[in-house]
Amino acid sequence: MGTKRRAKELLIHIFFLVVGASGIIVLTLILLFLIMEGLPIFDTVPIRDFLFGTMWYPTHYPPDFGILPLIAGSASVVVLSSLIAIPLGIGSAIYLAEIAHPKVRAVVKPTIELIEGLPTVVIGFFGMVVVAPFLQETFGLTTGLNLFNASVMLAFMAVPTIASISEDAIYGVPAHMKEGSMALGATHWETIARVILPASLTGISTAVILGISRAIGETMVVLMVAGGAAIIPASIFDPVRPMPANIAAEMGNTPFRSDHYHALFAIGLVLFAFTFVFNMIAAHLAQKHKQVGAASL
Amino acid sequence: MKNHGRRIFQTLCLAAAALLVFGASALAAERISINGSTTVLPISQILAEAYMDEYPDVNISISGGGSGNGIRALVDGTTDIAQSSRWIRQSEVENAINNGHYPVPFAVALDAIIPVVHPDNPVDNLSLDQLKAIYEGKVRNWKDVGGEDRSIAVISRDSDSGTYAVWNEVALKGARPTPRAQLLASNGAIVQEISGNRNAIGYIGIGYLTENLKAVSLDGVAPSYANAASGDFPVSRTLWFFTDDWPKGETLKFIRYALHPEKGQKLVKETGYVPLY
Repeated sequence: MGTKRRAKELLIHIFFLVVGASGIIVLTLILLFLIMEGLPIFDTVPIRDFLFGTMWYPTHYPPDFGILPLIAGSASVVVLSSLIAIPLGIGSAIYLAEIAHPKVRAVVKPTIELIEGLPTVVIGFFGMVVVAPFLQETFGLTTGLNLFNASVMLAFMAVPTIASISEDAIYGVPAHMKEGSMALGATHWETIARVILPASLTGISTAVILGISRAIGETMVVLMVAGGAAIIPASIFDPVRPMPANIAAEMGNTPFRSDHYHALFAIGLVLFAFTFVFNMIAAHLAQKHKQVGAASL
Repeated sequence: MKNHGRRIFQTLCLAAAALLVFGASALAAERISINGSTTVLPISQILAEAYMDEYPDVNISISGGGSGNGIRALVDGTTDIAQSSRWIRQSEVENAINNGHYPVPFAVALDAIIPVVHPDNPVDNLSLDQLKAIYEGKVRNWKDVGGEDRSIAVISRDSDSGTYAVWNEVALKGARPTPRAQLLASNGAIVQEISGNRNAIGYIGIGYLTENLKAVSLDGVAPSYANAASGDFPVSRTLWFFTDDWPKGETLKFIRYALHPEKGQKLVKETGYVPLY
């Protein structure tokens, strides 16, 4: 009886080990594939010229594989959309968790979570058909498909994620901390700024990471509204060509295992490095500011 | 892939029906295989569907892997017809002859790529030199080419599309477009952007022209089906079927159907390409 039970335990143990490991194994294989298909480009183009070249003409003869404009495109879109999305997201979270009437919260929060499920192609289409002509006419721009339009659309995607998860974190701060602060004579605002926000910082960081990493890798929206010009933007109304949009636009007709094909995988590798570093920084920040005791979420 | 699945399904249905009606003898249905350019693919598809409706005992299988792939398949003897959006290369002809194949060309349709602007833009005509200067980024304001005082938004297709390749070869004569050119992913995206932007200029296949856009004449030649068919409009190309030697049997019948002014060529017009007549 004992051995039978132990065998069963062992089987269950192995089962969960396989299930748990499979995700990691598959991801590792994908990473390996990315590296194997991406590295050959550096036989033809030195890595410095690839990363810092300012001309992207992959199909001309002779071709130019300089991805600095694409990196600049991604970076500018992510920074600008974060500047828009983080204050809006955290602001809505504070309002919902601390200030809004419970009845308002009961309606607004599910609505925000519903927006989160909006297909990105719909957001892209909206940006293309409604926002682009509006921007172009209102500000007299050369084109409405530009960095600003793409950033607003990405922010629109990231705000629900940031708001919803931050709200959970803020709402989860134990009542006795808030009551303690109030009892010591702090106002509601002082309590929010000095007690509740620091206590929920780990949760808010997670929310911001999730929201922004969606924006970094997002392809459809930037493919549709960023404008697609491979230049380093000089103004927020310049068209840009972020890395995911470039990969998506060019992968379809690229000859298998050509230089262009390897270059696109190498861009994927750079994009991966981008998200990886971003996640490391965010994890480090969350760790550093982690609250201990009752408020640790 | 989806099409492939449907083709298999159709074949199975056909085989099942044939077995029921004629017995096993009908299993030896005629087969034609077509391979090559994705630009020509819509034409081959519409022709094949109509042809199989008319001659149900013929089975046509089509795949699109690019012009080069199609011609390679012809040289290897693995396809009956190679569809191509460009003329066959010297090296490909030599390969074919060394392999004992003799490629024969049939022009099946024309494709005109036309410059388009917003309907409110007063510019109706550009010279090829002006167009080149605009796409190279040397001319950046409409007033320099006889229009309003507005900056020009240069719109182009993505660098690996066939349309981009032809446009670059004919309109830019191989020069690089300015990096400020906005590369959009499809004819549809270009139509969308230009119909909403008075500053923009772009180019599309003639079949995509709508009333929300204005087509621009080049060197005084209007971008019409007639001018494309006559070869007067500069940015046009011929789309080809290549067969191995003079076609025989079912392949010949299919090619004759494709070139027939009342049958195949009518369908060509439906796909948005320019028919030969």
